[in-house]
Amino acid sequence: MRVIIKRIASAIPVLALVSIMVFLMLQLLPGDPATVILGEEATPEAVEAMREHLGLNKPLIVQYFDWITKVLQGNLGESLVDGTSVNQLIMERLPATIELALGSFLVALLIALPCGILSAARPNTFADHLCSFISMIGMSIPHFWLGMMCIIVFAVELGVLPASGYVPFFDDPAENLKSIILPVVATGFRESAILMRMIRSSMLEVLQSDYIRTAKAKGLSEMTVLFGHALKNAMIPVITTSGIMLAGLLGGLVITESIFNIPGYGKLVIDSVFNRDFITVQSAILVSAVFVVFINIAVDLLYAFVDPRIRLGKEGNS
Amino acid sequence: MNRKSQSVYALAFHRFMRNKQAVLGAVIILGLVFVAVFAPFLTHYDPIFDQDYNAVLASPSSAHIFGTDDLGRDTFARLVYGARLTTAAAVLPVAFAFFVGVPIGLYSGYKGGFIDQWIITRLVDALQAFPSLMLALALAAVLGGGFLNAMLAIGIGFLPAFIRITRGQVIALKNQEYILAARSIGCSNLRIALVHILPNVMPTLLVQITLAMATAIISEAGLSYIGVGASPEQPSWGSLLRTAQSYLVTQPWVAAFPGLAISLVVLGFNMMGDGLRRALDPKIKQ
Repeated sequence: MRVIIKRIASAIPVLALVSIMVFLMLQLLPGDPATVILGEEATPEAVEAMREHLGLNKPLIVQYFDWITKVLQGNLGESLVDGTSVNQLIMERLPATIELALGSFLVALLIALPCGILSAARPNTFADHLCSFISMIGMSIPHFWLGMMCIIVFAVELGVLPASGYVPFFDDPAENLKSIILPVVATGFRESAILMRMIRSSMLEVLQSDYIRTAKAKGLSEMTVLFGHALKNAMIPVITTSGIMLAGLLGGLVITESIFNIPGYGKLVIDSVFNRDFITVQSAILVSAVFVVFINIAVDLLYAFVDPRIRLGKEGNS
Repeated sequence: MNRKSQSVYALAFHRFMRNKQAVLGAVIILGLVFVAVFAPFLTHYDPIFDQDYNAVLASPSSAHIFGTDDLGRDTFARLVYGARLTTAAAVLPVAFAFFVGVPIGLYSGYKGGFIDQWIITRLVDALQAFPSLMLALALAAVLGGGFLNAMLAIGIGFLPAFIRITRGQVIALKNQEYILAARSIGCSNLRIALVHILPNVMPTLLVQITLAMATAIISEAGLSYIGVGASPEQPSWGSLLRTAQSYLVTQPWVAAFPGLAISLVVLGFNMMGDGLRRALDPKIKQ
């Protein structure tokens, strides 16, 4: 319990800094933000009204506290385009992005887990070199280009999957699955490369430890040693990588959503950038950063939960 | 010190040269630089102004070996000249992150205390909370799009890694005997940081630089693809892909060549980075 409280407390200054950085984003606008938002041709009255709306006439520190108070009350403001609540916009777009992120992560795991284990179990063999090559290719091919190639092959040439668009799961589960296959494969392949390397090196390290040698000496089968004894410990550092990856995916599906025209969170940010809807951009960036901080906390706690050495060590120290 | 570090680098160079994959990576990167420098000698088309309206979206032929784009511009010429932007995309953000991040990391790690623990570390933590692409988009929103702003945005995204790596290495090194010896003979902190610590942090940074360059190229291409990086007329490989998106069904080769070029160059940086890591840290398990 103490570990949990300490970890959450340590995130507070980070969250405060994140909020300050996001708040100051609007101040980076060259010139008067109200004029930049409305355009040079706006009347002085309109500019003044916008300044009032954004609270720009108040001192900076007051502006920050006004803004953060609203944010903490769950009010992210209104879109500058049509006055829609940003909360509503984000809530509408999040499900598609969460589905894509989880789907991509699943694909990454499905590729990385067998390849990583095989590589580590048979180091310096053809299988290992092949997996390393796949991993190197995965890290090098831009996922948006892979997505385009997938569209050409599976949507244009073979016509088996849709080229773009998104059908919500609760509208039509089968069509939903079809609409997310290409984006999750294109993104998941890239992520699998990093995960594969992590699993390989972690497994290699575990396979050289004394308890594995003992297990082999007892005459246990290779499968039992690999899956029953080594994998559990090898997966501990992989949890961190997976957490960071998942957090990154939630904010990093911007381009995937753009290629496949999926109305997700990333697409919302891109559209808002082009519409100069700074309030929506500001709020969306804040939410994605807060997500990352909380996922990191969750990963740290999970890490302590699955590894008694960390948990007991920390409790012992505290 | 100098002779020792030379021998360390000489050994690493030998190990690097024995790694075929790493050498291939270096050759690909040299190829990129060669194409970027000698672009005018490799094609007689101008990548922006030579527009052949009779050959719009032409398929590969002897006149245009990689075909043409939607304005009849030669794709090969745009790829060749695009190597310049790609080289800049690899160098500029990483140079920014290096020259800003490394001094901060050196100071933070060496001095420690309140500024390190409560200011720099927290700022790095906060900066790391922003997904890099989101950060780039946010900066594009406030500063406007464009190649240089994209470079700055990508560079800011790299800062936490450079600060953290340098800081971590400095903390590991600063209480070593040779540093204590340097301090005892009256070396200034600046001299210790630059002459005695930095050269020992460089091997790790070198690997980070190479791998960050690979990421920078993909990020620049991504930002140009979504329209907040290089402008559409600039022959960035990402801009080429943006154009290609509209013609995926009818002219798929328009997307093929820029994507292959990006993949090849990024592969080169990744292979070289891997090779450098293995060469500079022989303890890594093969």
